[in-house]
Amino acid sequence: MPPTPITFSPQIKPSAAAHLTAEQVEALGAELDAIRAEVMDSRGEADAAYIHKVIAVQRGLEMAGRGALLFSRFPPAFVAGTLALAVAKILDNMEIGHNVLHGQWDWMRDPRIHSTTWEWDHTTPAEAWKKTHNYEHHTFTNVRGKDRDLGYSIMRITPEQDWRPVDLIQPLTNVGLSLIFEWGITLYDLEFDRVQEGTKTKAELQADLKVLWRKLRRQLAKDYLLFPALSGPNFLRTALANLTANVIRNVWSHAVIFCGHFPDGTETFEEDRLEGETKGEWYVRQMLGSANLTGSPLFHIMTGNLSHQIEHHLFPDMPSNRYAEIAPRIREICDRYGLTYTAGSLPKQYGKVVRTICRLAFPGGGKKKGAPVTALPVQTGPARPVNGAPVRLAG
Amino acid sequence: MGVLGSIGQRARHVAGWFTQPLLPDDLLGTLNPMWSRREPHARVVGVRRETADTTTLLLQPGPSHPEHVAGQFVGVGLRIDGVWQWRTYSVTSAPGDRLLAVTVTALPGGTVSGALAHRTPVGALLRIGPPAGEFVLPNPVPEKLLFLTAGSGITPVMSMLRDLAGRSESLSGAVLVHCDRTPADLVFGPELRALAAATGLTLIERHTALEGRLTPETLTDVVPDWTARQTWACGPTAMLDALTEHWARAGDPDALHLERFVPPTPVADGLTGGRVSFTTSGISADAGPGTPLMAAGEAAGALLPNGCRMGICHTCVGKLRSGAIRNLHTGDLTDTPGLAVRTCVSGAAGDVEIEL
Repeated sequence: MPPTPITFSPQIKPSAAAHLTAEQVEALGAELDAIRAEVMDSRGEADAAYIHKVIAVQRGLEMAGRGALLFSRFPPAFVAGTLALAVAKILDNMEIGHNVLHGQWDWMRDPRIHSTTWEWDHTTPAEAWKKTHNYEHHTFTNVRGKDRDLGYSIMRITPEQDWRPVDLIQPLTNVGLSLIFEWGITLYDLEFDRVQEGTKTKAELQADLKVLWRKLRRQLAKDYLLFPALSGPNFLRTALANLTANVIRNVWSHAVIFCGHFPDGTETFEEDRLEGETKGEWYVRQMLGSANLTGSPLFHIMTGNLSHQIEHHLFPDMPSNRYAEIAPRIREICDRYGLTYTAGSLPKQYGKVVRTICRLAFPGGGKKKGAPVTALPVQTGPARPVNGAPVRLAG
Repeated sequence: MGVLGSIGQRARHVAGWFTQPLLPDDLLGTLNPMWSRREPHARVVGVRRETADTTTLLLQPGPSHPEHVAGQFVGVGLRIDGVWQWRTYSVTSAPGDRLLAVTVTALPGGTVSGALAHRTPVGALLRIGPPAGEFVLPNPVPEKLLFLTAGSGITPVMSMLRDLAGRSESLSGAVLVHCDRTPADLVFGPELRALAAATGLTLIERHTALEGRLTPETLTDVVPDWTARQTWACGPTAMLDALTEHWARAGDPDALHLERFVPPTPVADGLTGGRVSFTTSGISADAGPGTPLMAAGEAAGALLPNGCRMGICHTCVGKLRSGAIRNLHTGDLTDTPGLAVRTCVSGAAGDVEIEL
């Protein structure tokens, strides 16, 4: 974790929702509330069957993958087993774990598929994740200084973050983080930055570390000791296969998650916006702070439906299989109210994220080329976002 | 069958390192729900239509299901529209029978009873809770027995009668007074008549559509020696209230044993209440004396696992991390950390932390 806390330069700029009156914002909120109520009231057997099916497929893939890897000496078994295990881990973390931990399936009253009892195939304990993710990230989405997910406290992801020399290497940091994303999240959930800041005590950190260790040793033992040992002479190959599966899952989830909030078109917000924020304004912030990915139904499942990031951020506890059905209606609402509904393919969106990360490795970067600029005196020195310019994240 | 189940707890512990973050039981339950010990299931293997609105479901429970005592009930969970719904039903089969029977009367407007009685086919999977209830015969069985039942109140008594008949305990001298609207409404009618003929049980059928309800006054007419008998009674609340009053006035209240089919009321004394913290949800709430932890949590906005809400189904269990809880039905105190407690029937005895 970086020694220097991230700071933000004060900015005053209009949001992409600046043209909406307070009444319009509340009307928009009422429309979204209605959509939410409609879907939540219609949850039923088909939804329950869906999540049970996904869980069964995930467990089947994991057992098949680990079974195949007992014979990891044979290249086809190595490849098939590694892929099956990687897909199983992706499903476990994204479509199942992330969504169950949001409480999306609590309504089924099934103690086995419930946010309070679920644990996932991830080094960070479910409990730690729920705190930093469900509460902090989803409540304070894209609010600079409050949403620690912005750059995960190690990268400069919005131009409003002050530049530090260490940011020069952030294109490399990003690649590194992508490979070890699971560990990145685990460290992030420990909130070392908050310990330095003094808002988290050493004792709290120690308690968290204890819980983490209890889980971590089991996670490590399973992938790098027990299943390799079960495969006897293929110990090293199986361990390598498990490592590969973990890395595939890391790279994939990193890409999907970074595309959720950081591509061009997404907006970040000042902390003072939170004061007295209405439900309608909260909805607007969620929509403007998130971006969708386009793709096939299978692609959506493999992203844990985080490809419907906008819908997910509006309704974090709605069953993920219903996001696709409401997406056209959300888009229509955005169009009608003149709000950006950012969506694009994974390569396109990820390309934009990487471009932003590279641009923001250097000072400045607040002004989008070709964007309309108000007639204010041009600043000298490092390019700074100009007051009044539209908020764009790209360099 | 569950290979792991037979190897025992140690093997499950070791296997848990391989199934991390799941439990071996989770995987077994995915392969076949019947193999799960944590979430016991039962398969419907037979359906017997008893009357127009009453059906007996013959269930094959999983291997870990504990044997019931005649007169006890079990929680039965059914998934309706994706949601697990729990109700309790008296077991009507005798202990030791190959199959477990529950007899369900569809209540007007009852979604769960209606689904169980009319729309549960052979092969359906239900969840099943452990047997519970104090409405049982003592050992040794008292010599002079009187059973007073009305409507579906016959169900726990049916298990007792079948049990006694099967164990060649003497039923001669015992009396069963059963009330129902018409002869066609009497569940188990033919079997009861046959049982009476074979064992010497005195069966008195009362058809309330014709003869009116059983009152304490008419009881003396049909069972003159009721004060000399140990009585087990089950039926509508109004009937049980009248009986309670009558026994208190004219008989020995200790000789009357009731099954009310409604959750027992919380015990009144020794309740302290306190602050309950749900560590996983990160929600704390004040739980007043006699308030279930679950209700306190829900009032504070926690969406906790819940099922029957009366201590039957064990859906709502969470680990006690610290503090003490009091069983709201029995008044018992529990303060063993790590113990699974049912949040729907547990109150706070001081400040408690629950891992939910």
